[in-house]
Amino acid sequence: MVDKNLELVSLTERQHKARRNRSVAIGVALAVLVVIFYAATIVKFGHNLAGTM
Amino acid sequence: MALVDERLTDEAGFRMSEATAGDFFALLKPRVMSLVVFTAFVGLVAAPVTIHPLLAVIAILSIAIGAGASGALNMWYDADIDAVMTRTASRPVPAGRILPGEALSFGLVLSVMSVMTLGVLVNWLSATLLAFTIFFYAVIYTMWLKRWTPQNIVIGGAAGAIPPVIGWAAVTGTVSLESLILFLIIFLWTPPHFWALALFKSEDYARAGIPMMPNVAGQASTRRQIFAYALILAPVGVLPWVLGFTTPAYGIVAALLGAGFVWYAWKVLRMAEDDQVMRPAKTLFGYSLLYLFAIFAVYLADCVVGRALAIGGA
Repeated sequence: MVDKNLELVSLTERQHKARRNRSVAIGVALAVLVVIFYAATIVKFGHNLAGTM
Repeated sequence: MALVDERLTDEAGFRMSEATAGDFFALLKPRVMSLVVFTAFVGLVAAPVTIHPLLAVIAILSIAIGAGASGALNMWYDADIDAVMTRTASRPVPAGRILPGEALSFGLVLSVMSVMTLGVLVNWLSATLLAFTIFFYAVIYTMWLKRWTPQNIVIGGAAGAIPPVIGWAAVTGTVSLESLILFLIIFLWTPPHFWALALFKSEDYARAGIPMMPNVAGQASTRRQIFAYALILAPVGVLPWVLGFTTPAYGIVAALLGAGFVWYAWKVLRMAEDDQVMRPAKTLFGYSLLYLFAIFAVYLADCVVGRALAIGGA
């Protein structure tokens, strides 16, 4: 619940666009990181399993 | 998050950020990063063993991000001198698009993430070398050498020369003579490259109070040192062939490229004392970029072709 006494400022159009732009970039970077770690784990585990079988 | 942001007001001493992802990308010094990626890739491919292609991509990506992170830390610390130099005044921090604190946080986060990713997914020797490179560039070079000694880029050049060693270490888990020769080529290339720039940008450096060689030792001494480094660099560029790491084809091209470097350095040496345009220095600066790219490209081609022929002959 937002306190009505808080002094809020509204972002300008430019600030909104910049924040959205940064948010999208962070989201994409995190998604890429997840994919990289997932794929690398498969590669490394696969390699280790092949070595033990 | 939105609520927190909207509570921030200018009167309270905060500023709403208008920085875009592109501004943060500019903090990574993409042009420097491209050279780092290329030389690291050559080190990675030149290694006598191979790793899974995905791990190779991750290694190159980590090295690129690590190099970019050190660039961001450099821009955070050097914002004051970047602001007074024409070449760097439009960078995100001095231009006011990104706050210094944002650049610092960005650089630190990317440093940790790139080193950890390389260590966990590839190997810890390459990760340690990457961490050392970031530390060397951001702390030893940026915070200490750059404002203190005209030998700043001679010693600091080690940071820019390590990427092929990291690429090699990512594959082999070792550091060998082959990768150290690649290190040496970039290390010896750095002073004449940056001193050529410093010659025709000496007013910029003087305004910023950076003790570059032309501002401290004078233009004549700098021109002599550029020529001396060119004389050392040219034969070192041929060393991979002399030591048997490449075919004679590389040796011939490297010798020609080295001769070109010496020729352009000679023209800088012979430059008139009152030359204001300094075309020879500008030409050498441009040629030095071509030299480094070309010599690593030929080294790469030599490795790839040599390996293909060996497979074909087997």
